[in-house]
Amino acid sequence: MGRKLLLQQATVPGIEKLEVYRQHGGYASVEKALKTMTQNDVVEEVKKSGLRGRGGAGFPTGMKWSFLAKPEGVARYLVCNADESEPGTFKDRYLMEKTPHSLIEGMITSSFALGARTSYIYIRGEYFYVSRILEKAIEEAYAAGYLGENILGSGFSHDCYVQVGAGAYICGEETALLESLEGKRGNPRIKPPFPAIAGLYGCPTVVNNVETIAAICPIINMGGEEYAKIGIGRSTGTKLISASGHINKPGVYEIELGLPVEEFIYSEEYCGGIINGNQLKAVVPGGSSVPILPAHLILKTDKGEPRLMSYESLSEGGFATGSMLGSGGFIVYDETTNIVKNLYTFVRFYHHESCGQCSPCREGTGWMEKILHRIVEGHGKPSDIDLLWDVQRKIEGNTICPLGDAAAWPVAAAIRHFRSEFEEYINHPERINEVKHYYSVNQLQGA
Amino acid sequence: MSSQVQGTQTFDKAKRAKIAFSEEAMQTVQKIIKRYPEGKQKSALLPVLHITQAEFGGWLSPETMDYVASVLNIKPIEVYEVASFYSMFNLKPVGKCLLEVCRTSSCWVRGSEDVVNYLEKKLGIKEGETTPDGMFTIKTVECLGSCGTAPMLQCGASFHENLTFEKIDTLVEKYRSEGKQRSYTDLDYKNTL
Repeated sequence: MGRKLLLQQATVPGIEKLEVYRQHGGYASVEKALKTMTQNDVVEEVKKSGLRGRGGAGFPTGMKWSFLAKPEGVARYLVCNADESEPGTFKDRYLMEKTPHSLIEGMITSSFALGARTSYIYIRGEYFYVSRILEKAIEEAYAAGYLGENILGSGFSHDCYVQVGAGAYICGEETALLESLEGKRGNPRIKPPFPAIAGLYGCPTVVNNVETIAAICPIINMGGEEYAKIGIGRSTGTKLISASGHINKPGVYEIELGLPVEEFIYSEEYCGGIINGNQLKAVVPGGSSVPILPAHLILKTDKGEPRLMSYESLSEGGFATGSMLGSGGFIVYDETTNIVKNLYTFVRFYHHESCGQCSPCREGTGWMEKILHRIVEGHGKPSDIDLLWDVQRKIEGNTICPLGDAAAWPVAAAIRHFRSEFEEYINHPERINEVKHYYSVNQLQGA
Repeated sequence: MSSQVQGTQTFDKAKRAKIAFSEEAMQTVQKIIKRYPEGKQKSALLPVLHITQAEFGGWLSPETMDYVASVLNIKPIEVYEVASFYSMFNLKPVGKCLLEVCRTSSCWVRGSEDVVNYLEKKLGIKEGETTPDGMFTIKTVECLGSCGTAPMLQCGASFHENLTFEKIDTLVEKYRSEGKQRSYTDLDYKNTL
């Protein structure tokens, strides 16, 4: 049984209420930080913990915090990125819905460390009901004196607000999120300047993912060094994994980083194996943007070592034979999956979500969707595979924000590992719809 | 020509005159504006547009958008460009219940195409269309963060997850008999797993 730091109380009845949350040790990190630590102490603990951004990029959080500019008389902001929109990812929703106070607690402790008087939680609009849960938690925190003026007599004052988005994947990119929070279209900004220098309203700003901020609480409570003992190598601590697709037990699991992928997929504690006893075909381990890996490469690296759930192990072998931990959106595909059609749903997604600022992304995602549509409709040409490869190559690295890369990588990986399947559907269009997902039909009929 | 333009403007003015938030909505809007620093009231635009959509029939007409611009003291174009960017804002009328079926990978492998087909057959409309009684619109959307409980659809603030044909029947009947407009801002959200 792995250790749990974020979800250990997620199933406690009434944990969404402050009173119950406190009975289970809630708000201890606020008490500890505000009463016994300096701002710098908190930052140092986070650095020692080795915590890396849980939104997808995996950038060290302590380092990100230390970049924050602190000019005199200028407001600083902490913004929580709760725009969770990466296909296959639903861990932040689960965390906010089940234990909203753990996010609020992390917001207060983190804001104290950063010297931020005001913070915003930017949550995707579709999660409107979750924003209600957070607002209720914030209200309780104000009433209990954890938010507002002079918190716990420490002299630190803080206000925290929830802001709802309105349906745009791109707003998960931190500068697009800031634009959106300012009431504009979610067009990513050109960097530099980075938000740490000029973010929200042109002020120094830190943007952190929900899970990252929630992880600050155990780090302060147990100390950065203790936290760093959990996990493996530079992948310290625990990580929330959103498991979905053709598995027996989809859901959100907190794992200690370093858990073998095979154990995660097949053990009863986690995914519980592939549905209907089917064979594993492929996995997207870190949300739709990261490369898909065929079964043999997700279970073992090309060196034949067991693949582990960690930043390093999942990227072992580069994109030739590896992938990325990303956001922890772990999508499992069984033998019945049509990889090309699945790729089409991804590419359609990126085309829909491209903000349209950069031509390679705006036009490229559109062309990739058209080409894939042609193939899945049975009109593919043999030259389409190379054409797709060419288009994705021209998007990657040529855009302001990483959405372009995110759209290119799944296409490249699908062709790299499943080229023969593209060829099969192009040469034998009648086979495209041959395999019907066994599971979907049965489930929908209530079986 | 000029009289026609004049006529349109008069018509719009008359229409605009009638547009105003309910007292309760206005209070919420004022509360939201206070979350931001002085002069940054434009930040309230997205939350206020959600309220606007819920208040005025589930979509944003040019007139309501102009009204929002006047409330937030920004230019109408600043509202239009934002409203047209985000997928949750409807720039055309939709049914009272907008059924948004997720279709991205995890939902797709667990039957979202069958969900859409079933809804289309049941309601006698195609994806993107509204039933003649104005009750339902079917829309396919991209990943809603419900991958572990796929297939799913969202209607207003509610997530309907682990869908089966039977569940779809039940919820369509329920919505039809209630006859209410469903909005993202609804407080009576009910998530069905």
